[in-house]
Amino acid sequence: MKRTGAQIFFECLKRENVEVIFGFPGGAVIDLYHEMPKHDIRHILVRHEQGAAHMADGYARATGKVGVCLVTSGPGATNTVTGIATAYMDSVPMVVFTGQVPTALIGNDAFQEVDIVGITRPCTKHNYLVKDVRDLARVIREAFYLARTGRPGPVLVDLPKDVIQASTDFRYPKRVQLPGYRPTVEPHAGQINRAWDLLRKAKRPVIYAGGGVISSSAHRELTRLAEALQAPVTTTLMGLGGFPAVVRNDKGQRELHPLWLGMLGMHGTFRANMAVQNCDVLFAVGARFDDRVTGKISGFAPKAKIIHIDVDPTSISKNVVVDIPIVGDCKAALRKLNDIAKQEPLENVDDLRAPWLEQIHQWRETYPLAYKKEGNGIKPQYVVEKIFELADEETIITTEVGQNQMWAAQYYHFAKPRTLLTSGGLGTMGYGLPAAIGAQAAFPDRLVIDVAGDGSIQMNIQELITAVCNELPVKVAILNNRYLGMVRQWQELFYDKNFCATCLDASPDFVRLAEAYGAVGLRAKSMEEVEPVLREALSVQKPVLMDFWVSPEEGVYPMVPAGKNISEMLLV
Amino acid sequence: MTMDKKNGLRHTIGVLVENQPGVLSRVAGLFSGRGFNIESLTVAVTNEPGLSRITLVTSGDQHILEQIIKQLNKLINVIKVIDFRDTEFVEREMALIKVRAEQATRAEVLRIVDIFRAKVVDVSPHFFTIEVTGDDGKINAILELLGQIGIVEVARTGKAALARAKKR
Repeated sequence: MKRTGAQIFFECLKRENVEVIFGFPGGAVIDLYHEMPKHDIRHILVRHEQGAAHMADGYARATGKVGVCLVTSGPGATNTVTGIATAYMDSVPMVVFTGQVPTALIGNDAFQEVDIVGITRPCTKHNYLVKDVRDLARVIREAFYLARTGRPGPVLVDLPKDVIQASTDFRYPKRVQLPGYRPTVEPHAGQINRAWDLLRKAKRPVIYAGGGVISSSAHRELTRLAEALQAPVTTTLMGLGGFPAVVRNDKGQRELHPLWLGMLGMHGTFRANMAVQNCDVLFAVGARFDDRVTGKISGFAPKAKIIHIDVDPTSISKNVVVDIPIVGDCKAALRKLNDIAKQEPLENVDDLRAPWLEQIHQWRETYPLAYKKEGNGIKPQYVVEKIFELADEETIITTEVGQNQMWAAQYYHFAKPRTLLTSGGLGTMGYGLPAAIGAQAAFPDRLVIDVAGDGSIQMNIQELITAVCNELPVKVAILNNRYLGMVRQWQELFYDKNFCATCLDASPDFVRLAEAYGAVGLRAKSMEEVEPVLREALSVQKPVLMDFWVSPEEGVYPMVPAGKNISEMLLV
Repeated sequence: MTMDKKNGLRHTIGVLVENQPGVLSRVAGLFSGRGFNIESLTVAVTNEPGLSRITLVTSGDQHILEQIIKQLNKLINVIKVIDFRDTEFVEREMALIKVRAEQATRAEVLRIVDIFRAKVVDVSPHFFTIEVTGDDGKINAILELLGQIGIVEVARTGKAALARAKKR
């Protein structure tokens, strides 16, 4: 039986177990929308296609599954580009379907035509223009396969209108045949042995874990190895949740894991940065030595031999030349190391590690993560601390980008993977709200909170109505300082206090804005009001926008000025 | 491998790619997007259906070359990257050279053509077009000699390269 391209499209999505599509219709994809009601698939209508891409991204990060969005040609497609680049930088599995003008018109500057495959070539893992309906099923199969395997990433499939309308026999390929794509999963045994040898002899080891630990679900293996070695752990922004920052004690209270160093890098903790700068073995797992992590690259971890596991060979020795490269899946590699650790456990590991852990403890005592509690207005850090207190391990935090993001990373302690969704690599303002909506769509019963700034939130505020009409009760905590705070902080510290274009003195009334959208708006102007506002927000089964008037000039500390060694921190 | 004063080592890389639309753009985009150099690039089909071979000459230090090779391998449509650093290989380039050939210089041009085992492929009252094949050094040498007589136009193909077959 012949089937149309549109029918094949939905049949393929069913085979890929797609539950939800984030999308926005238009002329080029109207045939797909015409077909959609006949299929058992949830569609969430966004208000801007960038929102669709971030929602698919948030859904993917929260679940580990492939996020899907569907948009029309031309502006519909270009509006997704920031979302695609965001997912690409953070290795998020996503398939973006874009409509395209009919094949006969391609290249003619037709209405709503854009070369989206050309535009997204540098920010997708791979992309396709389907020119023949007979290729459609194969391409969709490949797109999902590429998105979720190896180093995950976004894949774009461009669908010309006539291809969707054309008919052919449907056959879903059983196997993917991509001769040029063979990601290495199993690590080289010899390299694993070399790594173990180094780890075994290390006196001052540090584990530096990144988003790869979360992508490969290697958090348990990482924790087990860290505990076996009694090696302290720091993570990148993307790696937060990959190691339990907090654990429950006998009384059920959460306390910091004794091996937890906090995040490292530009806004890392004092102890994390000092530990990296003084370690003798640095074990990098699924991290990519980003400049926000390393600071001055030649001065990074100067005393350390470096082991690096990464599934993507291009990440290895790209920025920092490593001593023991291991190409492979983090989980597979950590399992191998755990197997060895079980067979040949370190003798007297507690005694062996005591001086190093004592040193780290001293760093933590000398310069703990801190902020000045006095001063006018609400302290933004306090808001994040209160959110942490009221949340539990299952709560999903999303962030916008800037100070709000860094305070969330510093003052919220993530116990589980996939509970922090944040734009790390690209640093996309406007990410948090749609990502929260995507996560809430996946987990309707979990608490999802977007820690936002008054600048960032306005970049995709239109998606509030998407949350309202789809009954996705996300909570948004705006740390409202009436500034583009992170840029303002740089201007204060490095640009002669020339606060050009960073003051947002004209902002909307967020409470009334929330109400206009049919959400709940709440405001706190003093420290005393913070907790009641949060409690009220959490008790409402509706989207809530909370407007916290925080002290405008608060900065994010510690801070390593760009280009400095990460031990050269500006402290509170 | 030759030394380029400004950019470090000059290096030839072979890339077998799936013959699909956009492949060349992916390869070229990779170089421009990551700030790598391309000195020359040739592409044509191979004897295997569906496969094309790109031969490109790039420059950079060992670290950069390593990245280039890894990044090329990462492209989904790239089937194989041939790194000629550790292998014996042959490389050739072809050039078409249109040179001024008046009464007084025609014999001299023909003598040069003969010495370089080149060929005259087009003749007109005032010009010869010469086809020459060889490595970099040979082509540069003939260009220098003919330049003294008067080159009008040059079209070079860029290098094509293959690894030498293993000797027993």
